[in-house]
Amino acid sequence: MSAVMITRKVRKWEKLPGKNTFCCDGRVMMARQKGVFYLTLFLIVGTCSLFFAFECPYLAVHLSPSVPVFAIVLFFFVIAMLLRTSFSDPGVLPRALPEEATFIEMEIEAANGNVPAGQRAPPRIRNVQINNQIVKLKYCYTCKIFRPPRASHCSICDNCVDRFDHHCPWVGNCVGKRNYRYFYMFTLSLSLLTIYIFTFDIVHVVMRSVDKGFLNTLKETPGTVLEVLVCFFTLWSVVGLTGFHTYLISLNQTTNEDIKGSWSGKNRVQNPYSHKNCFKNCFEVLCGPTFPSVLDRRGLMQEDSSFSAASASLPPSRSNPVSQTTKTTAPLIRNEHTPDETKRSIAAPEEKSSSPREEKGSSPREEKGSSPREEKGSSPREEKSSSPREEKGSSPREEKSSSPREETPKVPPLASPEPDAEVSVTKGPAH
Amino acid sequence: MAREFHNLQELRHNASLVTKVFVQRDYTEGTVCRFQAKFPSELDHRIERTLLEETVKTLNSYYVEAEKIGGQSYLEGCLACATAYIVFLCMETRYEKVLKKISGYIHEQNEKIYAPRGLLLTDPVERGMRVLEISVFEDRGSSSSSPSSSMSSAGSSAR
Repeated sequence: MSAVMITRKVRKWEKLPGKNTFCCDGRVMMARQKGVFYLTLFLIVGTCSLFFAFECPYLAVHLSPSVPVFAIVLFFFVIAMLLRTSFSDPGVLPRALPEEATFIEMEIEAANGNVPAGQRAPPRIRNVQINNQIVKLKYCYTCKIFRPPRASHCSICDNCVDRFDHHCPWVGNCVGKRNYRYFYMFTLSLSLLTIYIFTFDIVHVVMRSVDKGFLNTLKETPGTVLEVLVCFFTLWSVVGLTGFHTYLISLNQTTNEDIKGSWSGKNRVQNPYSHKNCFKNCFEVLCGPTFPSVLDRRGLMQEDSSFSAASASLPPSRSNPVSQTTKTTAPLIRNEHTPDETKRSIAAPEEKSSSPREEKGSSPREEKGSSPREEKGSSPREEKSSSPREEKGSSPREEKSSSPREETPKVPPLASPEPDAEVSVTKGPAH
Repeated sequence: MAREFHNLQELRHNASLVTKVFVQRDYTEGTVCRFQAKFPSELDHRIERTLLEETVKTLNSYYVEAEKIGGQSYLEGCLACATAYIVFLCMETRYEKVLKKISGYIHEQNEKIYAPRGLLLTDPVERGMRVLEISVFEDRGSSSSSPSSSMSSAGSSAR
């Protein structure tokens, strides 16, 4: 049996764990499910095309040529922001390499001491004092790291994201530290574009109706009806979303923290990241430094593959270091398996009982954001994401059951019960 | 403590890895990038405390400079926003410039201070800015016993 070793150079993105798709040789990074993103693009481009085709010629002549010019500028800005949000790395934290994972394991075992057999290991939490408040850092079983403050694991993309806001299907990516400002500029500019098109649609219809009558106007420019419909529904959701994020930015909070009520409530810690000044908070979020990606996507690495002449090829030895490490480090972590298996049976009925509570618990709280959006947005959102992840006021239960639920390799992504995972925010029908 | 001097290239190619020590992030001032100044006990006999503390302090000051929110970052943000962030395709951001400086600093520190003592610093940016990894290589001056031989075989195979 002769083995042939083939070494080839691959880009690092080809071997990255997680469920992202990469394009343009690693320059573009998105989530796997891109259908809704294509819908967003189609709605924006389609509605603007109708506007340029039907309204702009008339308005340029009868009102001002600056009307279509400004519309074009705004349109390009919206598309640029959308593509930037969708294609950039949201702030993914690379998974721990084997040595780091082992080092952390040893620290945890040293801190926990000897756990008697059959007893549940204590939850893996590190307490950190930030601005005189105690913040708990949770351990991510998938990435094998203690998550930095404000980071969270997105189960749709299967990555820990720094300053995780939410996973947005409309942009087909997570929204995190690196692309939050682009996301905000996208919603803001889209609100302006929607209002602009809606206003000038009405102006156009009124101006034309004065000359030719209302019905004739609609016959001449049928696109107007479609645009008004799309804009009307988009307006409520997108403007509402922009308002909600403006509120979050002024408090220096993320959507994830707001949903979980991390900084609200009597017994909770006050937000340690807020500067207590609205302008300072806005300044930091929108005008802060632009963080470079720590995920080296386009770096080169060696891949060794060995093929035996006799039978099926062996898996490449270095091609997937992370998956190998999960196998090699697992035997060291004996404490994990026993609690997981016993607690999985406990976790299942707990998940069912929490679901009605989640929907009741979060909807009144959502009202403080803009209500029209929430009425549309919150109900599908609760249904889509699995309930344990949305826990608001159940911190002791969350801590007890967080450890087994984070280690569910067999559960499909959308149902994965990561307690700190993404919030899939539906904006309602996009523009 | 007799020590054989290593140089940087020799470390990377020939010396065998004994263990890796990780200096963790210090989150007491929030989410800014900052490393703990706590001296790891595993390095007690390998390097003077003050040298490592000095390195960590300098690195922390570089990160503070990169993440400073002030006039320059505001201007950079406004200019970029006005051009729909297309300017970032051509221009290097301030953070990236500082990261390059940091990488040069770490290389220089490795050459002058750490490699002669059989240690190697890894730029935190290669570890997701989570840890400052210090690779400990065999100290040829001392006796050949390594504290964790299983670690060393795992470490050297991974390397």
